[in-house]
Amino acid sequence: MRVCGELGLTVGGVLLLLCAYLIWGTGGYTAGRQAVLREQLQQPPQPLSGGSRRPERVRTGEPLAMLRIPRFGEDYRYVVVEGVDREELRAGPGHYPGTALPGGTGNFVLAGHRTTYAAPFNRIDELRRGDEIIVDTRDTRYVYRVTETRIVAPAEMSVIAPVPGSPGRRPTRARITLSTCHPEYSAAQRLIVFGRLDDRRDPDR
Amino acid sequence: MYEWIWRMLSGGPVAKMCTALVLAGMTAAVLWYVVFPWIEPYVLFDRATMSP
Repeated sequence: MRVCGELGLTVGGVLLLLCAYLIWGTGGYTAGRQAVLREQLQQPPQPLSGGSRRPERVRTGEPLAMLRIPRFGEDYRYVVVEGVDREELRAGPGHYPGTALPGGTGNFVLAGHRTTYAAPFNRIDELRRGDEIIVDTRDTRYVYRVTETRIVAPAEMSVIAPVPGSPGRRPTRARITLSTCHPEYSAAQRLIVFGRLDDRRDPDR
Repeated sequence: MYEWIWRMLSGGPVAKMCTALVLAGMTAAVLWYVVFPWIEPYVLFDRATMSP
């Protein structure tokens, strides 16, 4: 009886510690990776063999752009990395390979954690129509504006199509799509935020 | 279980308390830095990507 009680208390304590680790411990890891990525992003891109000056392809895990959402405050900035596998999303919001690049015609699709690994997309449910989503690449600032928020099943692949909701249609505009898990602490659904390119300017660095 | 560990520790109550705290800290560190990072991928509560 006594052993059972002690075992129960121990298991409970370990589970509490695990929750603390998932929420705070993983955030520290992301903060470290973001610091390195920020420095990489400030450096000029490494020339690829073949001599193209502006590489259209970014290698998996490399920084792509800086994401800012003014509604979440001046300090909200995350380096977007290329790729959406576990390893990339641990570093920060990830760009779906094969979807449009920042500012490009089509759909620039990002995924980010909601509760673990610094939870970059924790509050995207608070975004409202018209809110700015700013994407700074090395040479251009793209300002997208939120058009719609939706909650979908994880298998609803049409949201990441070049024209969201109409897979197969040829895109004529530049859009952005953010995806994260929903509800919080669950993997049951996905929260999707759509936006449309509104403006492009020189970044004021 | 904990009573048995307590009896195994040597020294007076203060020394026992210190050893016990160090042991608890070491256990927590092993969990935090080794065990948790290893099981984290299997905890399915923060999946952000779409999967067909």
